[in-house]
Amino acid sequence: MPEYMSGITLLVQTPGSEIDEILQNGGYMLLCALGSMAASIATGYFAAKVAASLAQKLRSRMFCKVMGFYNEELGHFSTASLITRSTNDITQVQMLVAMGLQIITKTPIMMVWGITKIIRKQWQWSLTVAAAVLMISLVILLVAILVLPRFKIIQALTDDLNRVARENLTGIRVIRAYNAEKFQQGKFEQVNASLTDTNLFANRVTALLMPIMTLVTSGISLAIYWIGAYLLDGAGAGGMERLDIFSDMVVFSQYAMQVIMAFAMMTVLFVMLPRVMVSVHRINEVLDTEVKIKSGTQDGRTTERTTGRATERTASVEFRHVSFRYPGAGEDVLHDISFTVHAGETVAFIGATGSGKSTLANLLPRYYDVTEGEILIDGIRVSDYEIHTLREKIGYVSQKAVLFSGSVASNVAMGKRDATEEEVGRALSVSQSEEFVSRMAGGVSGEIAQGGVNVSGGQRQRLSIARAVCKNPEIYIFDDSFSALDYKTDRLLRQELERCAKDATKLIVAQRIGTIRHADNIIVLADGKIAGMGTHAGLLESCLIYQEIARSQMSEEELHHG
Amino acid sequence: MGDDKKKEIRPLKELSAYCRRYLPAILVSLLLGGAGAVFSVVGPDRIADMVNVIEQGLTGSMDLRRIGQIGVFLAMLYGLGGVFGYGQQYILTTVTQRMSKRLRTEIAEKINRMPLRYFDANSFGDILSRLTNDVDTIGQMLGSGIGTLVSSATLLIGALVMMFVTNGVLALSAIGASVIGFVLMIVIARTSQKYFLAQQQTLGEINGYIEEMFSGQQIIRAYNGEAPAQENFDEINRSLYDSAWKSRFLSGMMMPVIGLVGNLGYMVVCVLGAVMAAKGTIPFGVIISFTMYIRLFTQPLSQIAQVLTSLQPAIAASTRVFEFLGEEELEDESNKTKYLSSVLGNVEFLHVRFGYRPERTIIHDFSVAVKAGQTVAIVGHTGAGKTTIVNLLMRFYETDGGQIRIDGIPIREMKRENVRRLFCMVLQDTWIFEGTLRENLVYCKEGVTDAQLDAVCQAVGLTHYVKTLPGGYDTRLSERSSLSAGQRQLITIARAMIADAPLLILDEATSSVDTKTELLVQRAMSTLMEGRTSFVIAHRLSTIRNADLILVMQNGDIVESGSHRELLARKGIYAELYNSQFEKGA
Repeated sequence: MPEYMSGITLLVQTPGSEIDEILQNGGYMLLCALGSMAASIATGYFAAKVAASLAQKLRSRMFCKVMGFYNEELGHFSTASLITRSTNDITQVQMLVAMGLQIITKTPIMMVWGITKIIRKQWQWSLTVAAAVLMISLVILLVAILVLPRFKIIQALTDDLNRVARENLTGIRVIRAYNAEKFQQGKFEQVNASLTDTNLFANRVTALLMPIMTLVTSGISLAIYWIGAYLLDGAGAGGMERLDIFSDMVVFSQYAMQVIMAFAMMTVLFVMLPRVMVSVHRINEVLDTEVKIKSGTQDGRTTERTTGRATERTASVEFRHVSFRYPGAGEDVLHDISFTVHAGETVAFIGATGSGKSTLANLLPRYYDVTEGEILIDGIRVSDYEIHTLREKIGYVSQKAVLFSGSVASNVAMGKRDATEEEVGRALSVSQSEEFVSRMAGGVSGEIAQGGVNVSGGQRQRLSIARAVCKNPEIYIFDDSFSALDYKTDRLLRQELERCAKDATKLIVAQRIGTIRHADNIIVLADGKIAGMGTHAGLLESCLIYQEIARSQMSEEELHHG
Repeated sequence: MGDDKKKEIRPLKELSAYCRRYLPAILVSLLLGGAGAVFSVVGPDRIADMVNVIEQGLTGSMDLRRIGQIGVFLAMLYGLGGVFGYGQQYILTTVTQRMSKRLRTEIAEKINRMPLRYFDANSFGDILSRLTNDVDTIGQMLGSGIGTLVSSATLLIGALVMMFVTNGVLALSAIGASVIGFVLMIVIARTSQKYFLAQQQTLGEINGYIEEMFSGQQIIRAYNGEAPAQENFDEINRSLYDSAWKSRFLSGMMMPVIGLVGNLGYMVVCVLGAVMAAKGTIPFGVIISFTMYIRLFTQPLSQIAQVLTSLQPAIAASTRVFEFLGEEELEDESNKTKYLSSVLGNVEFLHVRFGYRPERTIIHDFSVAVKAGQTVAIVGHTGAGKTTIVNLLMRFYETDGGQIRIDGIPIREMKRENVRRLFCMVLQDTWIFEGTLRENLVYCKEGVTDAQLDAVCQAVGLTHYVKTLPGGYDTRLSERSSLSAGQRQLITIARAMIADAPLLILDEATSSVDTKTELLVQRAMSTLMEGRTSFVIAHRLSTIRNADLILVMQNGDIVESGSHRELLARKGIYAELYNSQFEKGA
């Protein structure tokens, strides 16, 4: 554009030039303007698409990665942090890319173009522009040094803020029960205040950039004219030479402005860059996390053996000298555990709180890997199984029942996507859920809220058992899954389970003697070691700890009831 | 259209109402911004003077002294403008940050004032997204927005005035070009607004989904549910992508359009000016200053466009934030004067009716009178409404009909805080927050000594556990620290013991504790229950055998009540429940 302006300037200054020529130049300018808009819109279009699709891919990869994490990796980050990382951080990156692409494609061309246009003109002017660019660069550098570390802190504080707020939400009943709203608010305020303070500092420093940019842009045109005046004065009174310099001066000021503007846009980019770099780092931290537990290759599907009857879904489990300690912990949680569960048997684990029962149940589906020893299913080490195959075999019911938003059916059929209505119905009836589900609005397709908050604790537990039943696994693991059930439901459920999953191997972690007394084998755990093993009757005779537990639950008379 | 407009304006109104307390600071910053803008407007006029002086010098001798004067004046002007500019930015960032902080605080406080009902229906992730993403977006807009808007407006008006003063014809033609731009701008803003709201909504949705999936990750993996989860996720992700690029693109169009307007103006001025200058109607300096005015004119235009761009996600975000802040709150209780400081502990339920959702009543007509000091056990099948009774007693939910009275005073006439102060409670769901063990135990009670802590831990059997911790009471516990469910429960029981309130609620408090520990806890509990009216919900009937009164619930009503012996003798539901734990020959 300024080129045509220069043409016009010359024309205007040259007496007798035609108005037609001016108009012609004007026409070119119009074309340029339209072309520039079209090009900008096109870049905008691509920038927006590229940025959004980059964000989409990042989110998808992130999600995939986190879903592949094991407990150890999950423990390393926190849920709150993982959430901010996959939303807030990615949004930051997306914004930068969208803006950046637009600026990056435009500004260097603008700058280079501008510079080539002015480089041949008076060196004094070029020097001025160079000085201005240098000054801006210095300021940017300074700001970056001051601000960059702060942004890191800001992201970490955002994590904290998220954590405290999440805490407030998950513990809302307890907080209200203890009238602790103010206390919690205090904790929140503390994080909030330090977040605000850090933000304040970082933003105040960043705020320096724009006024300085304006100052430099305005200053530069002033300097050019001022210097121009001296140049003209020095050029002597020769008419044409002076006229040239004058027209140069006008054009130069325009191009210089353009160079500086381009630079200013880059500055905006640089302002955003530090914060985004931190986000990128946080995203990469997750994406680069090496999952410690590696899936094996054994496809164990062939183990569906044909014994006496038709195909039977069952498997044997063996623990060989298994020890386990949490990463970084000093002491074993489980120590030298060995036992065998034959296909179709029921084994129960009982012991005091913290004796390692749940940890033991967590080792079989490989939520953690053993520290020493090995675990075998049908004679094959669990670590050799392809992980999905392994989990296909296992129906795991956790201590804390987890339900997902959706319908009753979608929750129950989670392990078996193609489950028929009958299969779902059967699972519901086995888990004693039929009655309350039928009373729910919508029945089997009735709505379940996130975390299953719209059903009671016991109902949640029963649905999570139904989920395992529906999968029809070879091995059931019940990690204290009956505790929220009343005795009657507990008993009915186990009877039904015994009937419909007769051949499946069952591992039951429990605290109630009643739940486990009929198990084929009961293993008593104490401080991570096996303190006794045998049947109910046998243990009542031989195992002191078992006797204590039994006595605490039933009277002498009841003990010998059955 | 009118409705649309209202929808757009409403959050803005609320936002500006919100800004009111920062009005003085904002005014000062606006003044500074305005002054800075005036300087920028005056600048080109001086430059034009300078150019004219130079032009005059083209043929004769250069008036360097005059040029120097103008130069110094301009330098001072620019310098001052810079200082003002920074002053404005400084104040605005401060205001913005403080406001974001207040918004966050208010959201957090709001959480405490909302009925639990709200949280049954809304995902935590979505609420958290409002707290971080949305507040961030608003903050970013305000930080750059307000200041730019005002200084731009000043600049715009200033440039207009100066343009008209300098040359009316040129000014009119320049403005003509800009009007087209304005129209385009408004059209773009309208269309992209829709996508921005969609984007913010999908962002909340995806946040909720991520939150749910990440926290249930273990179960999803156990059931090989990763693939469907990923599918669902990808679907939300896709719609997010869709609205993200569309909104971004549409709002990104604003800048090129403004650029075009600027260039058009520039061109018109150049051509027209050149023609006029060629005809000798205007001096050349006018064109120079006009090209600068055009920049001054379009620069704020493009800045306003930029603000509008950032305004749109901000409007979407503030819609969500204020929507949350505007949610129905718990009834204000500041006028409630009934106060119970020490209670005897008579608790009465009178014809209580309740349902979590209005269309489904689950407690129909519940009445019972509990005398001070009694232990009441509530038993029944899962889902019989036991926990609901506690929810009503603690006023987590309000009754739909009937009354609950403590010492004859209806609890609705007391402040919630007062009601809750009367209870210590251990819930089914254990809740440990990130902090030291001491903080988790003492919680918000003040002046608890170590000796008291020791005594309580002794009572619930935590002493050994505390000793194994590296930092004793000051060891930090976190979301995922390897506490077993039992240990968590013991900690919450200890917390209740420290709170030491006159009434006691145990909702399945011992369900995750092994029976040996339970014995210990129970011993501690019975000391705790002494002289206190206690409500105990338990499945384990051994826990409740000794209760003074056992209420058997079925479908939300009491079907049987009496002592253990009486109920067994009746051979009703209780007897059936009780006997089912000892499977005869099963």
